[in-house]
Amino acid sequence: MKTQTVHGARQREKKAFLALADATIFRGWSCGAPVDRLGEVVFNTGMTGYQEILTDPSYAGQFIAFTAPEMGNTGFNREDMESNALQASGLLLREMNPPSNWRSEESLETALLRWNTPAIAGVDTRALTLKLRDGGTQKGFLCTTGTMPEAEAVEQARAWVGLDGQDYASIVTTKCPYEWQRQNAGVVSHPLVAVLDYGVKFNTLRQLSAHGFHVQVFPARTTAEDVLQLHPAGVLLSNGPADPAALGYAVKTVQKLLGRVPLMGICLGHQLLALALGGRTRRLKFGHHGCNHPVQDLRTGMVEITSQNHNYVVEADSLDPTLAEITHISLNDRTVEGLACKAFPAFSLQYHPEAAPGPHDAMPAFERFTRML
Amino acid sequence: MPRREDISKILLIGAGPIVIGQACEFDYSGAQACKSLREEGYEVVLVNSNPATIMTDPGFAERTYIEPLTVEALTAIIRRERPDALLPTMGGQTALNLAVELDAAGILDRYRVGLIGATTEVIRRAEDRGLFKKAMEEIHLEMPKSASAHCMQDAWAIREQIDSWPVIIRPGFTMGGAGGGIARTPEEFEAICANGLALSPVNEVLIEESVLGWKEFEMEVMRDRKGNACIVCSIENLDPMGVHTGDSVTVAPAQTLTDREYQRLRDASLAVMRVIGVETGGANVQFAMNPHDGRLVVIEMNPRVSRSSALASKATGFPIAKIAAKLAVGYTLDELPNDITKSTPACFEPSLDYVVVKVPRFAFEKFQGADDTLTTQMKSVGETMAMGRTFKQALQKAFRSLEIGRPGLSGRPDVEGRMTDEEVARAVARPSPMRWFHVREALARGRPVKALAQATAIDPWFLRQMAELVAFEAEIRSIGSLAALEKSPPLFAQAKEFGFSDKQLAQALGESEAHVREARERLGLLPQYSMVDTCAAEFDSATPYFYSSYGGEASEVAGEGRKKKIMILGGGPNRIGQGIEFDYCCVHACRSLREAGMETVMVNSNPETVSTDYDTSDRLYFEPVTLEDVVAIYRREGCHAAIVQFGGQIPLNLAMELEQAGVNIIGTRPEDIEKAEDREFFKQLAEQIGVKQPANGTASNMGDALALARRIGFPVLVRPSFVLGGRAMAIVYTEEFFEQFCSEAFSVSEGRPVLIDQFLEDAVEVDVDCIADGQLQVIGAVMEHIEKAGIHSGDSACIIPPRSLSAAVLERIRSHTVDLARVLNVRGLMNVQYAVQNEDVYVLEANPRASRTIPFVSKATGIPLAGLAARVMAGETLASLGFTKEVVMHHVAIKEAVLPFARFPGCHMLLTPEMHSTGEVMGIDLDPGMAFVKSQQAAGNPLPHGGGVFVSVSGERPADRTELVECARELVELGYRIFSTCGTATFLREVGIPAQAAFAISEGRPHVLDLVKEGSIGWIVNVPSGCRPQLDEVTMRTEAIRRGIPITTTLRGLRAALEGLHTLQRHPELEVMSLQEYNRDTARKGAGCT
Repeated sequence: MKTQTVHGARQREKKAFLALADATIFRGWSCGAPVDRLGEVVFNTGMTGYQEILTDPSYAGQFIAFTAPEMGNTGFNREDMESNALQASGLLLREMNPPSNWRSEESLETALLRWNTPAIAGVDTRALTLKLRDGGTQKGFLCTTGTMPEAEAVEQARAWVGLDGQDYASIVTTKCPYEWQRQNAGVVSHPLVAVLDYGVKFNTLRQLSAHGFHVQVFPARTTAEDVLQLHPAGVLLSNGPADPAALGYAVKTVQKLLGRVPLMGICLGHQLLALALGGRTRRLKFGHHGCNHPVQDLRTGMVEITSQNHNYVVEADSLDPTLAEITHISLNDRTVEGLACKAFPAFSLQYHPEAAPGPHDAMPAFERFTRML
Repeated sequence: MPRREDISKILLIGAGPIVIGQACEFDYSGAQACKSLREEGYEVVLVNSNPATIMTDPGFAERTYIEPLTVEALTAIIRRERPDALLPTMGGQTALNLAVELDAAGILDRYRVGLIGATTEVIRRAEDRGLFKKAMEEIHLEMPKSASAHCMQDAWAIREQIDSWPVIIRPGFTMGGAGGGIARTPEEFEAICANGLALSPVNEVLIEESVLGWKEFEMEVMRDRKGNACIVCSIENLDPMGVHTGDSVTVAPAQTLTDREYQRLRDASLAVMRVIGVETGGANVQFAMNPHDGRLVVIEMNPRVSRSSALASKATGFPIAKIAAKLAVGYTLDELPNDITKSTPACFEPSLDYVVVKVPRFAFEKFQGADDTLTTQMKSVGETMAMGRTFKQALQKAFRSLEIGRPGLSGRPDVEGRMTDEEVARAVARPSPMRWFHVREALARGRPVKALAQATAIDPWFLRQMAELVAFEAEIRSIGSLAALEKSPPLFAQAKEFGFSDKQLAQALGESEAHVREARERLGLLPQYSMVDTCAAEFDSATPYFYSSYGGEASEVAGEGRKKKIMILGGGPNRIGQGIEFDYCCVHACRSLREAGMETVMVNSNPETVSTDYDTSDRLYFEPVTLEDVVAIYRREGCHAAIVQFGGQIPLNLAMELEQAGVNIIGTRPEDIEKAEDREFFKQLAEQIGVKQPANGTASNMGDALALARRIGFPVLVRPSFVLGGRAMAIVYTEEFFEQFCSEAFSVSEGRPVLIDQFLEDAVEVDVDCIADGQLQVIGAVMEHIEKAGIHSGDSACIIPPRSLSAAVLERIRSHTVDLARVLNVRGLMNVQYAVQNEDVYVLEANPRASRTIPFVSKATGIPLAGLAARVMAGETLASLGFTKEVVMHHVAIKEAVLPFARFPGCHMLLTPEMHSTGEVMGIDLDPGMAFVKSQQAAGNPLPHGGGVFVSVSGERPADRTELVECARELVELGYRIFSTCGTATFLREVGIPAQAAFAISEGRPHVLDLVKEGSIGWIVNVPSGCRPQLDEVTMRTEAIRRGIPITTTLRGLRAALEGLHTLQRHPELEVMSLQEYNRDTARKGAGCT
């Protein structure tokens, strides 16, 4: 648990840097694994929950800049894992701290080292955020060793293929099907929910289980036939990283499932449902990453404060109103946050009803799913 | 849902006088609510007894009533105005309690006034401990084991059930937790319960299981009538449970919670809102969390805006009161825009990319004998807030803003440095105002964080931050010199990133602040400024609200534009002697300069104020008012000028250094301000214009001082130079006590000389506020003090227009004032104090700056003096502004001081030349007597309608005796029974006035206090002889204050009271009238009059 912290001027010397594709350099000192890496740079405005964020598979391929300045305060523990690994490609932060929390099992710094994840501290994350907000998400090269000339790092960032058109779901998905630990063991005949894992967060599985389902998780490329063979009561299309447009196979699966079994989609799963219904997705300028996003349910007028993490969004005018109803919108930028299928029992949400991290306002979505089954 | 169309006129209740636990944060919220409701087209009727508030400026409401906050006055206002709705959630506990009383009295029903913002059911459920507990059980939230008692017997029974020490005692319906405490022994338990039962208006105390040492959190929540809710801010207390949150150092957002725990707090807060039934507006919920297992208990909730919500508003940029007012009239959160970004909705939760630290300011030095241990009862008188990109920056900046002679979290070798290790260890274990410096000292002496965490129950995270600061400071010291530091730019840069001020570095390196600044600037180490934008830079923001930090890439754009930019310096944290009055002046300056087409830049560090509302100025810098910070902002903004004379002593003390640093100070020249303080110069000045002065002189050592005092002759007035609020000022009657008082004055003076004046006995004190533009000098008002001379002007009741001064005296006072303003080259405001003794006018002092009485005078006369003064400083003339003549008033306004002695048990409650009051009220009426009655009611000391009066006049002067006889006769006619000391009683009986003799305290029993205790006496009139205050007098005042019975100490005061009682007898019903009506004749357009 004890870690060396960065106090002295020498340790805080800014040898490490982040090079953005537009040639901007942000300097800092290394406070994670001493590895250099390419990734897409996004900012997250959540003030709590760095552990959940770092272990969320949706962040695969990305460097996360936390706008909250003091990081590491509560350490790392087993309970708050959202997957079995630290998924983000890297971490950019202002101040790294040793932990003080009764649930902490190790420091953030130790966790980063253990998962070989690079991080730099001392970064002016507000300046970085302003840059990304105004110029859009960028590709970057994170040089924690400080050994590469800046110009070369910029070249590397530019040359990198990026996340657009990439199938990262195949990388983070489970290699083989598994059953989520049953919470209500002993009770027979729980209805089965099949989860198509494009990068699922554990809290989605915890929530389904808490709602009385028997939960089975399947790899991203599992076919509709294989899923239906088990006669699930419903199928959940999970969240996941990168570009929905690159997941042709998943769209086909969803099209085949539609109408055969009730569906709920979260985040990437929501985008896949939209694509399956003939819609389009596009990239947002800098995405939605945080815990304070107001979403309005257009049917009731009620507002939920939601946890969000997405770079792509469903284009509202691409949806055929006879096939899909837009049920939720973001009050920040009026983009699509939820839709319901008109002909079949299927709905999806762009945001994260399972929270972790973030407010629990949207949790009733799981009840809605339960009622649909 | 849009605004409600079924209501058009809304009554808003303010919080009344500033007291400990209820300060100017309610002026901030009330002013916001007024603006917000009027924006929506509602007619606003406002009532508040506090004239120093911005909200009571006539421009904030259609009708503004400065009347006592009593059911009687409110009923009269409601009868007259017939409002459709009453908004009780903006005026603190005072307004909530009053709403409940009005409802209980059937007034709201009778006049069909609906409560908006909170219903009485909601208020009861939140305030009644039993109902609240039941509600918490309903939503399965734990509370500390507890129960309410209405008598001592119940109290003991509950203690048995809890079965552990210590236990916490909280009286019901008192603000700031007055009367509460922690009992560790049966004796303490008995004492605190008895006091709490007496103080609680409903005779109720809550006795509860101790959660001392647990972590304490607060959540600020908003909810609309559709049920949408959001958390505006989480606040974590660095001081664990056991220290009132108002006395704790706090940080926002919470720093030591995982998301899981934070969401538990969030879910619980929303559940509490729902179950209590808060439908429209803001509330605050307090929690305690066991640091070892996360067990969460709810402590309390306030269904209204609060001190914390003001802090949360300033910390996040989310204007809670403004939005709460809109919710109260029917809007929902999704319909309202985020006021800062203007593009996103108000229905969201602010995200902070910086850290905010609040530090309380105490005034124990004013209350000798008071215990400075911090408990569940609030004792601080003010606070500062600081923002930094990191916790360390914010913490250092907050301590630097505190203005207590510490340029950061820095140690003093001559204070805690002298303590033994054992003393330090003891000091860290006891929460006190100085504990943070003791903790720092312990860390500096190598005490490990772990041990300190155990001793203090402060979370190790915070202690570690402090330890890193201490270690770093040692590194700086070890480098030895400024030259060496300059050769190590990364170290210098880190010092600034760690929040070290130039002064702090100067102290560590034995250098001057100016040299450190020059070295820093040579290295190009300048602060960056970031916007407080509610959203961590996610969205473009339109509101220029800034804080500084170091270690960033670049500043966000400063405002350009061709307008003339003027900087106004605020007063920093409230303290006794400097509070809301100065903020009032700053706000007025902003408003009137903006109206004149100039751009204003506000600098202040006090989160409670209106001046730090981003709506007040064009550009707000939430920064310490210190040389380093002010100069940096002045340069960055490219200001044309700065105004220092509105913010009280802090900016005034900076004036010379600012000027040296190139700041263009407008208004009266700093050297003229300093001249007025120079006794020798002032003496010449007085001679030059032909005004008498009490014999006086200055001394720089004790020997000279004593010689001087002997030459002048006792009694003498002793005071330090350059101190506001009469700190360490005293009247010394004999040589015996001279040395003691004088050495205190020397120590406060910090090297500057001590002033010694002849004390004029039995003189009437007079205050004059005036304004001058270099050509013309105009009197704002002449105020006559009602208390005897020698009591600080801030603590004394005073009246406009004067009542007992002859026309000749008044004429002389006016002409002296005009002459003084002329010879002192006053541009702006000046306050002059006089003493009048037997038709002789003596000038006591002249202060060419805004005085504490400016808001009172402005409310009484309808002339916005501060606004006019700002315009004069910016170059306009009084003639062009249309103010050339003193106003002739047809009504009477009386200011009465409100004292905090009840908060400081054990402290001597005597009024002296040192100021003690925290706030003031105003009584205004066409009838002078009625104005006095109202002022006493407003101050919470209403004159009794009949019963016993204790009358004692110890003066031997025949004139006093004659007047006493007249007054006593009137008292008897009015139906009072007179009690008196044996001598006086005999004398009264001789002239045919029935008077019952009672022993003086030192004479035997039953004495006067016994009669007070048994309720026979409900009013004390005690006019001391003028020589040294007698022990009896102290004891009597103490008892009167403790029991809340009125005490009159001058015959002038008694006269005023009698006049009021006569009026009351003729018109038993209180008559009320709005300021707009009183000042109809003088109401002026333009010149910041709004």
